[in-house]
Amino acid sequence: MKTQMPKAADKATINSKYLKVPFLVRARPYFIMAPALLITIGIFYPFVAAIYYSLTNYSFRSETYNFVGLKNWIKMATSPEFWHAILVTGKYALATTGSEMLLGLGIALLLSKNNFFTKILKVVLIFPLMVAPVIATLIWQLMTNNSVGILEKFLNLFGIYNFPWASSAKTALFTATVIDMWVYTPFVIILILAGIQSLPKSPFEAARIDGGSAWFTFKNLTLPMLKPYMYIALIFRLMASLQEFAIIFALTKGGPGDTLMNLSITGYTTGFAFLKFGQSLPYVLTLWLIIYFISRKLVSKWLLVQKTAAGN
Amino acid sequence: MRLTFKLAVSVKIVLVMCFSLFIVSCGKKEQDVSGKQAATDEAVIQAQQAAGVNGFSWDMAKGAKIKVLLNQHMYAEAIIKKIADFTQKTGIEVDYAITPEENYFDKVTTSLNSRSGDPDIFMTGAYQIWEYGAANFIQDLTPFIEDSNLTGPDYDIADFYEGVLGACRWDLIPGHKTGAGPYWGLPLGFEIYSLAYNKKVFADRGLAVPKTMEELIEICEKLKEFDGRGTYPIAFRGSRNWATIHPGYMSTFANYGAQDFVIENCKLVSKVNSPESVKMTEDWVKLIKVGGSPSWSSYTWYQAGADLGAGKAAMLFDADINGIHQNWKGASKETGNIAWAVMPLPAGQQTLNSNLWTWALAMNKSSKNKLAAWLFMQYFTGKEYALWASLEMKSVDPARASVWENSEFKKMMSQQSGYLETFKATINGTRILFTPQPHFFETTTEWAATLQKIVAGQYDSVQQGMDELKEKMDEAVEYLKTE
Repeated sequence: MKTQMPKAADKATINSKYLKVPFLVRARPYFIMAPALLITIGIFYPFVAAIYYSLTNYSFRSETYNFVGLKNWIKMATSPEFWHAILVTGKYALATTGSEMLLGLGIALLLSKNNFFTKILKVVLIFPLMVAPVIATLIWQLMTNNSVGILEKFLNLFGIYNFPWASSAKTALFTATVIDMWVYTPFVIILILAGIQSLPKSPFEAARIDGGSAWFTFKNLTLPMLKPYMYIALIFRLMASLQEFAIIFALTKGGPGDTLMNLSITGYTTGFAFLKFGQSLPYVLTLWLIIYFISRKLVSKWLLVQKTAAGN
Repeated sequence: MRLTFKLAVSVKIVLVMCFSLFIVSCGKKEQDVSGKQAATDEAVIQAQQAAGVNGFSWDMAKGAKIKVLLNQHMYAEAIIKKIADFTQKTGIEVDYAITPEENYFDKVTTSLNSRSGDPDIFMTGAYQIWEYGAANFIQDLTPFIEDSNLTGPDYDIADFYEGVLGACRWDLIPGHKTGAGPYWGLPLGFEIYSLAYNKKVFADRGLAVPKTMEELIEICEKLKEFDGRGTYPIAFRGSRNWATIHPGYMSTFANYGAQDFVIENCKLVSKVNSPESVKMTEDWVKLIKVGGSPSWSSYTWYQAGADLGAGKAAMLFDADINGIHQNWKGASKETGNIAWAVMPLPAGQQTLNSNLWTWALAMNKSSKNKLAAWLFMQYFTGKEYALWASLEMKSVDPARASVWENSEFKKMMSQQSGYLETFKATINGTRILFTPQPHFFETTTEWAATLQKIVAGQYDSVQQGMDELKEKMDEAVEYLKTE
């Protein structure tokens, strides 16, 4: 049925009726929308400001600044420090997320059995998540200290002395990864464990009756049905590890040398230590771009996996 | 239809934000170049006029309220203890905030950049003055110091050690040395660099305190694992931070005859790849490899000092006051065993140069309470307070010569073996050894990173590392003019 357009006289009637409605009632939708709008502005304004200032030579060192176009972006793209930072960011994200996913899955599977020990472990394994990453790093710095550290004493039992930990370019990434794993693996465990406990029982019972091996059941039932949960853990962990700052900064400030200078640390150092905000913002915005595209890809993949797991 | 509406709303929001951003940025530019400058200069004149009516008196800013930003440090602890006395004497209310050192200067820089006048007073180091002064963040204190209506008759600015007070003076021209030009801060205390050592370890092994760098490296060979595994010969800083360069490294750098920058054709040119610099760095790297902690590259002043106190390190090449905090009664395991000697020099070098670090008080250029702020600075850098803080709060090293001459202070410090003697031998050669320029933190952080890379063997030679560092330092200061 075709809708008739109101005539001019009808429009005037509608308008006069609308104006008779009290202002507070008319404004209600805007009031309802206001918090969301304020939050959007709170996020959007700094973002637009960051883009703007990345096109200037803004610095705390000078009272004035000028528009410099893409100079800061070109400088960043042509500097070896930038490509090194990209490499470090990628290596760190892969190392931490990969190991946390594997370890988290393994531990969650072990904890899915309900017995006395798993009940205690479920509580104990959450503890690291309650410690701020900076504090956790300081604790690990003490534990890995070659003079007084408990880990040094432990390694001494196996004839290993003065293991360099974060002090050497060869082992710094490994050390930061271990700390990251200690702090964040419990997060992965919680998510996957929640997934395991929500899985339907009937497919597993059917597999057991049909004589399916443990590996068969894991490969063909547990893993496919757990995938949506694993994807959520993966998205959260990958995003956070790409922008990791606290652990690396507290551990080595990006050193030794430039070993752990990822995009976050390089951006921070350029902005806050060297006071070159115009030059630091392209690093931060590049990191945002990387995270944005990876997260979009992963979220659409997650939606697909969720549909598949649900049998749609 | 709905899509068009959404699009219209989105476009309008973006336009409004961009417009407001444009307005804010335009406003900032105009404000910076004219309004603020005139307003702050007027504030100084107002303070002078207010004081000029009746002459100097401690209560001439009675009723004012000032904000003070402090770094978490023993100097700050002493200040906090005396704030009530200050308020009683002046009628000025003080609102203070204290921030851990790790983030302290981020907070100071951000606050100053807002030009809101908060805080009125803050703690600073000499190197920060080169940034803050160039950015017009801090108040030139010369008009206050030179005005007898604003400065009490007993303030006695000549009582400060020349090198320490001079560290807070600079004419704002990159490349020009400190010690001349306006006063940008007044020192609370300072540190010189020397060799602290465990005298018991040395006595037990019949070792003499090293006087040259060669002797120091030889002794390090002898002190490897001097008390079992986990112990090592010498502690110093090594983290990827400017603070790694300024203590022992920079002092030794100068003692080798090396310079960070020279002025050539009105521009600053780095000389960190000179033969003297390379030789010094080679010896320093040797020292780290032979005697340093395996965790050297993550060490700040705190870890280095703590290892000496815990008996893990036999020596400490760092600030004199770093060792002393391990040697006060009951402070550490090695309390009473720590002694001081002047830093080792390269063979043939007779003149002793020591860099210095000072914690000073500075005034925010945008402060709206300059008279009250100046009285605060005067009180907490005055003779009476300096003596009290040194005796009662162990705030060492005091920047005032009169405190060092005080018999009670001498008695207190004489319990620290070799401390007074080392201080006396070093103080005349103590001054800022870096070339002042506003990119100090960039160039020295790169320097520390390069040192770490050299130690890690990431360069074929020390020369290669220092050549690369020179390029980075030159690039950082290339736009600066030295006239």
